[in-house]
Amino acid sequence: MEIERKVITRAKGKPLSWWTRWFRQWDIQLMVIPAMMFIFVFSYLPMYGVLMAFQDYQLFGGFFHSPWVGLKHFEAFFNSPDFWTVMRNTIVISLLKLCIGFPAPILLALMLNEIRLMLFKRIIQTVSYLPHFLSWVIVGGFVGSMLSTDNGSVNMLLMSLHLTSEPISFLSVPEYFWGILVGTGIWKEMGFAAIVYLAAIAGIDPHLYEAASIDGAGRFKQIQLITLPCIRPVIIIFLILAVGNILNAGFEDILILATNPILRDVSDVIDTYVYRMGILNNRFSYAAAAGLFKAVVSIGLLALANKAARKMGSSLW
Amino acid sequence: MMKLSAGDKFLQVIIYATLLLLGFITLYPFWNSLVISFNMGSDTALGGITFWPRSPTLDNYEVVFRDSRIGHAFLISIMRTIVGTTLSVMFTAILAYGLSRHELMGRKIYMVFCIITMYFSGGLIPTFLLLREFGMMDTFWVLVIPGMISVYNMIIFRTFFLGLPAGLVESARIDGCNHIGVLTRIILPISGPVVATLSLFTAVYHWNDWFSASIYINNPDLIPIQTLLKQILNSNIVTDQLQKAIGSSAAAQDRLALVQSVTSKSLIMATTMVATLPIIMVYPFLQKYFVKGVLIGSLKE
Repeated sequence: MEIERKVITRAKGKPLSWWTRWFRQWDIQLMVIPAMMFIFVFSYLPMYGVLMAFQDYQLFGGFFHSPWVGLKHFEAFFNSPDFWTVMRNTIVISLLKLCIGFPAPILLALMLNEIRLMLFKRIIQTVSYLPHFLSWVIVGGFVGSMLSTDNGSVNMLLMSLHLTSEPISFLSVPEYFWGILVGTGIWKEMGFAAIVYLAAIAGIDPHLYEAASIDGAGRFKQIQLITLPCIRPVIIIFLILAVGNILNAGFEDILILATNPILRDVSDVIDTYVYRMGILNNRFSYAAAAGLFKAVVSIGLLALANKAARKMGSSLW
Repeated sequence: MMKLSAGDKFLQVIIYATLLLLGFITLYPFWNSLVISFNMGSDTALGGITFWPRSPTLDNYEVVFRDSRIGHAFLISIMRTIVGTTLSVMFTAILAYGLSRHELMGRKIYMVFCIITMYFSGGLIPTFLLLREFGMMDTFWVLVIPGMISVYNMIIFRTFFLGLPAGLVESARIDGCNHIGVLTRIILPISGPVVATLSLFTAVYHWNDWFSASIYINNPDLIPIQTLLKQILNSNIVTDQLQKAIGSSAAAQDRLALVQSVTSKSLIMATTMVATLPIIMVYPFLQKYFVKGVLIGSLKE
């Protein structure tokens, strides 16, 4: 570009103005600008719309003509009895997903890597990805059917093993909900999440393993001393992302699995609360305030996680 | 390969066993639902249906296919998937091509403008109200337009375009080809795998998305299959469906016999299978491409 500009300058005697150069490339600009306008309308206008959390949003007034009320909705949210339930559920569900859901795909990738029968490996992989491509509605249908009291397979199994005499109505007992939620999430996403780790493992220099096995290290030692340290950077990056997402405890999965209102005490997280208050109860500004609170805390968490990771020697940006 | 030690052998056995169990747990719900959908509902209610149908029948599917709402919702889903994927991939590719040109003025600013939207968003409520103010509620377009430009896909496209030899575009430009021509006649034909990957992912998203229709659409004629299935799962639409199947026919007596063997559970499973079928059909293609897609996506840093 530098050279091009010099050539043009010399030919014409004086440098071309910014506008002239801009109009000469009107065709590529035309490929970009409509998309920018689109992004402005569908992504940036809603960001501006977040200001409605400080307004009493009225349908006829819209974003521009609703009265400003300051922090009223935030105060209402923090003081509402729902606040602590929602926060507790959000944090507990996230932590459960992080502690159990995060290591699961790593473990799967490590196990798949030990398989020497290629056909077996490929079949297991193919099967394990499949649930990722099913919608939560369908997964919810499966879970409902498996756990149903009306001859669901799980209840049939438990009864034939004499672990229970009556069918258990799993999806209406609050105590079981977190387990079902986390388990279903792992069932759905574990195989797909393992892809990245498998790719990282495939990139490890095979000589390392040869050297280790000559030195007498068994497979277990090799996993511990070669595989895990080699994929550590990948694990850390995904861990940072997971920590930054800690307030995204779930949305679709909870909406689908917790249809029974009995579960609300254990199933309401910030996102579903925003949905229920805003879309179902029409308390738009209140819901937007709760959503904004979550967004701000999330960004803080992401920055913190990244700082911690930088100390460990890797970073997102 | 060296001879395995006793400890290694033990490890191998455990791993094979665990993976077999995992594979079974993954497939079983699917298989069991399929079996229930092909089994007589009244028989399923007696219990004990696991791996194989006891009284095989097509009655459940007959009722499902007779319900015009399900057929209609299926069509809406197909239309949404085709239109949504085409528009999204087309416009995202055009944007990505523009942003991959080095001579584009303001390229950095444009990129930052795009990337900011990956980290910040207005959230559910402002987006919902905005689309409502635009009058997009209860239109087909609300399912297709808002997600038309995907910044994530744009970055994948752009990374790929930047990796192509620069001479390719230059020589075509010298031959007098305009940028749209370069994109459609030179770049896209050699971008087959990326286009396929991103199209498949976008299509799967459109097919599976039930949530946006559930908040933006009240008109029953515009409900996609996943949203309808969700409604069926937590309401008693099914009984209503059964009544329709009886009432809408002259040979009502005949139909009654059919309907008596069908239960809400067997119907739900048959509908679930109908909604899953397209995914299963494209799964082999998906599988071929998505590993690559996931890796390009995670290497974008």
